[in-house]
Amino acid sequence: MSDVTLKEEVREKEAREKKTLGFWIYLMTDLVLFASLFATFAVLRTATAGGPSGAELFDLPFVLLETMILLTSSFTVGLAILGAARGYKKQTIFWLLATFALGVAFLAMELTEFSHLAAEGFSWERSAFLSAFFTLVGTHGLHIAVGLLWLGVMIVRLVRFKFKQTDLNRLALFGLFWHFLDVVWIFIFSIVYLIGSMA
Amino acid sequence: MWAGIQELVFGRLTPADFVHDPIMAGAGIGMVGALVLAMIALTYFKKWKWLWKTWITSLDPKKIGVMYLIVSVIMLLRGLADALLLRTQQAAGGSVEVLNADHFQQIFSAHGTIMIFFVAMGIIFGIFNLIIPQQIGARDVAFPFLNSVSFWLFAAGMILINAPLVVGEFSAAGWLAYPPLSGLQYSPGVGVDYWIWSLQIAGIGSLLSGINFFVTIIKMRAPGMTLMKMPIFIWSALGSTSLIMFAFPILTATLGMLALDRLMGMHFFTSDMGGSPMLYINLIWAWGHPEVYILVLPAFGIFSEVVATFSGKKLFGYKSMVIALAAITFLSFTVWLHHFFTMGAGADVNTLFGIMTMVIAIPTGVKVFNWIFTMYRGRVRFTTPMLWFMGFIVTFTLGGLAGVAMSVPAADFQFHNSLFLVAHFHTMIVGGVLFGAFAGFTYWFPKFTGFYLNEKLGKIAFWLWIVGFLLAFVPLYILGFMGATRRLDHYDPSLGWQGLFIVAGVGVMIIAAGVGFQLLQIVVSIIQRKKNRAGEDPWGGRTLEWSTATPPAEYVYAVIPTVTERDDFWESKKKKHHKVAPVYEDIWLPKNSGAGAIIGLLAMIFGAATIWHMVPLAIISFVGIIITLIIRLTTDDTEVKISAAEVAKHELKRSAV
Repeated sequence: MSDVTLKEEVREKEAREKKTLGFWIYLMTDLVLFASLFATFAVLRTATAGGPSGAELFDLPFVLLETMILLTSSFTVGLAILGAARGYKKQTIFWLLATFALGVAFLAMELTEFSHLAAEGFSWERSAFLSAFFTLVGTHGLHIAVGLLWLGVMIVRLVRFKFKQTDLNRLALFGLFWHFLDVVWIFIFSIVYLIGSMA
Repeated sequence: MWAGIQELVFGRLTPADFVHDPIMAGAGIGMVGALVLAMIALTYFKKWKWLWKTWITSLDPKKIGVMYLIVSVIMLLRGLADALLLRTQQAAGGSVEVLNADHFQQIFSAHGTIMIFFVAMGIIFGIFNLIIPQQIGARDVAFPFLNSVSFWLFAAGMILINAPLVVGEFSAAGWLAYPPLSGLQYSPGVGVDYWIWSLQIAGIGSLLSGINFFVTIIKMRAPGMTLMKMPIFIWSALGSTSLIMFAFPILTATLGMLALDRLMGMHFFTSDMGGSPMLYINLIWAWGHPEVYILVLPAFGIFSEVVATFSGKKLFGYKSMVIALAAITFLSFTVWLHHFFTMGAGADVNTLFGIMTMVIAIPTGVKVFNWIFTMYRGRVRFTTPMLWFMGFIVTFTLGGLAGVAMSVPAADFQFHNSLFLVAHFHTMIVGGVLFGAFAGFTYWFPKFTGFYLNEKLGKIAFWLWIVGFLLAFVPLYILGFMGATRRLDHYDPSLGWQGLFIVAGVGVMIIAAGVGFQLLQIVVSIIQRKKNRAGEDPWGGRTLEWSTATPPAEYVYAVIPTVTERDDFWESKKKKHHKVAPVYEDIWLPKNSGAGAIIGLLAMIFGAATIWHMVPLAIISFVGIIITLIIRLTTDDTEVKISAAEVAKHELKRSAV
């Protein structure tokens, strides 16, 4: 290996390490944002202002299916990253498309739930509890939407261009992002839906 | 039909929104006039291209830092003008109405918001940009493009917060916009929306900067610079950026929820339908208290550098200083409730937060002693930065003691919302953050320009500042004891407060004279720059930034230094080492990019469109931001090479000088 390419590789490695650390820290700040929304939800959980509580509104089997879809999408993105690490381009694109489809399904289910609630007259304007519910779950949904956009751009790039190291790096970061949203969703499922249904 | 289209395009904006009372109109016309004059000058001297190429699209932290400082100085003048108006009104005592009540409220809201977000934060980020990479022996920040985005978001927020001078009105709900007053029911106008979106946009910029500089410090230190060999300023910046990372997301969430209350009829903070205004106050201070330390920690860092350099000694108690900084960073998240002891959280909760507040005074006290012991037996040079430092020690200790007094919940029921509190936090932020910024500015100015600031004018400015400062704020402590609350636009003459208010007003005028001398100092120093030449190490510095060329080359370090000890540059000056001919390598620097400025512009349009409910425009600008980001992030070729030969040529010129 020549001296020049060695230096190139060091530069490349340093850049990758910086980006990975930076992205981890971004995720942690996002977690603080979610924590604020969770705290708000916890405070306003009982502030139903005479309106319905979570126990009366939530359809647990529906949400469980949503959860399973999201968890499966975390699995498929993992497969995509494994494929990319071995340089299997077709496999990578296939699993990314699967992730995309699952993400869209999740988002569609969430929007269905939201529109049902709104149609029944239980929109975010009904009570502080519902404001907190829609905002917390909706913020997660917004993140999923951003993730889908990111995923879409990556798929287009992979289809059109050759596999490059930067694509691999970005895919790894996307994986982090997607797993992170999974973790947040587990908390939403437990705290908002499960505990909410019990009360 | 026509009305429908008009509403779609212009939202709630009507021509009547451009009508203002004479004072605001004057300020608005002044601002717009200055902008137009600047544009005419740029066109006349054919400098647009230069502006675009060397400044707006620049990803060089040295340039971005200077732009931060320029914005901050302009905003300092705006905030100072606000302060003068407020104190004039109060000195008149309500017998003469300088400002009507609504305008008075808008001005104190603007004063606080601007001074914290667009002066103090801007100065901190300006100094971070200029100093952090150089002091750790790096050429750049970790994410140069993100840095540019941060700055332009900050600039977008700055324009939004000044826009009410021309169109619409500003928030009249105070600098933290407590609900329910800031809710839709009691503030239906655009004022609070201006406040929200200006801070939201600038705040996201701050968050991104925080991440950027944290990664820069963690990943880009010169080889050999272990954590315990970092300059204290870097430690303080590490604490400050950690706080930004934890605190600013809370601000984003809180502002977001207030915006949802106002835009979509939600009920987070309303007083009906289950909303909780007290929740807002908790959340905003969970950000707000750390924010105080975000601002003051870097100032502590600057003073630590200044006092060590001008005492000709190493900093006393480096380790205890690091521990104190870390302790403050952690503890600053445990004291937020002391901002509202009167909320009624109960004696036990109040006691806990009261004690935590007293505890946080301990590491701060440690630092004061460390600084004083650094001067002890040192060869102290009484330069302007040193004067600011000593002024700070006096005012900061005074303000700190007032803070400890207020940490007693029972006593706080008396002080709460009184002018005593106003005096306290001005002593801390002016005497701490601003004096720190002035010390740092004077200290590092020659490094970046190649000439000193005029010492004589600087000293006059300092003395005007410190005298004016004491005259302006000591009366407020007394007035607070007498029962004067904050934000009074009139009071009964029989209370006997007017005399003290007049003294405070005179104090602000003396401060204004001090600022005048600072501006004069800059102008005179530029004119006399041939006489005031400064070398590469003008003060006998201790840390790495003084080892670079003056002014630093674009790449700062031709060869990345290797660090062996604390105050490495100082130690290396003492050693008589042979100069080894350096081996130069190719240097990669980021290419210029206009994407940051475009994102800032689109964010500003998005903010304005949301404030005025112009739905299509908001959507278009938001989509524009996303498209710009995608284009930028899918661009691979973002760096430019400076070859080893070019570096060698440049460095040869340096050694020839």
